[in-house]
Amino acid sequence: MIFLKLIVTNLLRHRIRSLISIAGIAFSVAAMLTIVTVLQGAVEMFSGILSSDSQIIVFERNVSDLFFSSVPSEAVQTISSWPIVQHADPVLFGIVSSSDHPIITCFGITDADARLRKASWIGGTREDFGKDPNGVVLGQRAAEFMSATVGKTVEIGHAAFHVVGVIKTANGFEDGGVFMPLSSAQAFFHKEGSSSVITIKLRSKEDIPELKASVRRSYPSLVALEDEEFTRSYSQFKILKATAWAVGGCGLLLGGLGVANTMIMSVFTRIREIAILRVNGFSPGQIATMIFGESALVSVFGAVVGLLIGTAFLFALKLIPALHGYVDTSVQPSVVVIVILLALMTGVTGALYPAVYATRIRAVEALRFE
Amino acid sequence: MTTSNRSPTPPIVLLATDVWKSYDDGAIAVLRGVNFTGFQGETVALCGPSGCGKSTLLHLLGGLDSPDIGRIAVNSRELKPFGNPLHLLRHEVGFVFQLHNLIPDLTLEENCLIPTVAAGLDRKAARDRLRELTDRTGLSHRLGSKIQKLSGGERQRTALCRALMNKPRILLADEPTGSLDESTSAMVFDLLLEIVANEGVTLVMATHDRTLAARCGRLIEMRDGSIHEPF
Ligand SMILES: Nc1ncnc2c1ncn2[C@@H]1O[C@H](COP(=O)(O)OP(=O)(O)OP(=O)(O)O)[C@@H](O)[C@H]1O
Ligand SMILES: [Mg+2]
Repeated sequence: MIFLKLIVTNLLRHRIRSLISIAGIAFSVAAMLTIVTVLQGAVEMFSGILSSDSQIIVFERNVSDLFFSSVPSEAVQTISSWPIVQHADPVLFGIVSSSDHPIITCFGITDADARLRKASWIGGTREDFGKDPNGVVLGQRAAEFMSATVGKTVEIGHAAFHVVGVIKTANGFEDGGVFMPLSSAQAFFHKEGSSSVITIKLRSKEDIPELKASVRRSYPSLVALEDEEFTRSYSQFKILKATAWAVGGCGLLLGGLGVANTMIMSVFTRIREIAILRVNGFSPGQIATMIFGESALVSVFGAVVGLLIGTAFLFALKLIPALHGYVDTSVQPSVVVIVILLALMTGVTGALYPAVYATRIRAVEALRFE
Repeated sequence: MTTSNRSPTPPIVLLATDVWKSYDDGAIAVLRGVNFTGFQGETVALCGPSGCGKSTLLHLLGGLDSPDIGRIAVNSRELKPFGNPLHLLRHEVGFVFQLHNLIPDLTLEENCLIPTVAAGLDRKAARDRLRELTDRTGLSHRLGSKIQKLSGGERQRTALCRALMNKPRILLADEPTGSLDESTSAMVFDLLLEIVANEGVTLVMATHDRTLAARCGRLIEMRDGSIHEPF
């Protein structure tokens, strides 16, 4: 009780200083939470595209980015014909821009594709897709920002397409994307006879190892990965996640420096008080506990405030129309735990030097200060 | 140490043997061969001109510092040079200084409980002890007051309570009433003597006040780095 009182009293004595260090931790925690959540959401969305109604993704071995992957059409046909395969859908990814939107993801797919089957159709029907090589289906968001409806013509890149359908999907990339017949996409992106990936659903999950082995044998230049395997290993995802944590970590480092500064001040301005505690029987360990307790309290308080700010910020981002569907506000519990632990660690690290300094204060000398 | 029932002298609780202490690498030689024996339950006034080394000696006796040469023993146990005085400070000696050295923003009660928290004393026992001491010093109605709200005399009495919380057998007081006006000083000193006598505590008090010194059982003079005892 007295312990806590000593800690809290000292924080309350220097309210502004305490608030500044709490704010420092809070803002870095908020930044970290936001960045990590947004990027993780993006990663999940992107892997969601690949895994819709499929278990396996096949793409070119050793490509850094799926946009550069090239899988021959012949492989699609062969793999489709394997008895263990229920369906194998080629998907060609491309990036296009429209007059007012710099990046629109373009999906070249067949009319059998799961995305079309599973989406809810706002305009047009699935039967309309693929009949006309120039007919595209738009995600709802894409339709909104291109102000397009079924029957209208839209300009994408340097070509004009007409809209045969509008679909609503939960996935941000798909919802803001354009779906073209595979052959049109191949022509449009100059990738005749190939797709970026094949997404595969097997008749039985038990056949996954067999499929992987068959692909390895028949197509040494391709690689087949299970969905989570892909999400784990895809280098772009790794880079994104690492970036997120690194940026967040830098923020936390700054917050930690703030705590360190506060704690140094806290010890230096309290040398006499610490000496008094020593004379009254406090051990160096008890002094250190008090200092660490103070910084831990600041950090945890900062982390909680930061989590609240970060969550509020994510909700605010979600409300921005242009980001609609791209921002996932569901903060993962694991992220929350990691962020709090990191904040706590930062606080403790920041208090390391001040705590050591405090335990070395010699009562005789300190008590001679008036 | 064993004492026979009929021993006329009480046990020795403080012993300084040929203690030397200097500062600034010997440039300031303060104590030059101090010998001192403190018996259980006696009250000793330590007098001498300013800067003669009274505080220095008290610090050495309480384990806050170590002598360059010589030995200090408290309760028959010799202090290790630069050893850990934790047990000493928690259970064997209490300090009172000229400045009250209480922690501002904490209450009188909280300040007094600090030594018991440090020593891990049971809360109930700590509170009982606090009540006992504050009753005796007339502070029981001010338990919840912050230090800033107390008068000088009340602060000094609080410091006295705090020093005695863990029932040390020795009280080292460094001009305990030095910052108080004459009448308050006399009142606080009365209390101090009363409690010390009541608890059988050994008191060693540095003071400039000859009137106070005269009321102690024994008076020792410090001069030129050593102790002279007028008999
Ligand atoms: N840490 C230190 N460094 C250098 N000199 C010191 C130190 N501590 C004490 N001294 C010196 O040692 C001498 C004795 O100091 P001390 O405080 O023991 O005297 P004192 O008898 O208590 O004096 P006063 O009656 O004024 O309190 C003084 O000259 C003081 O300046
Ligand atoms: Mg002195």
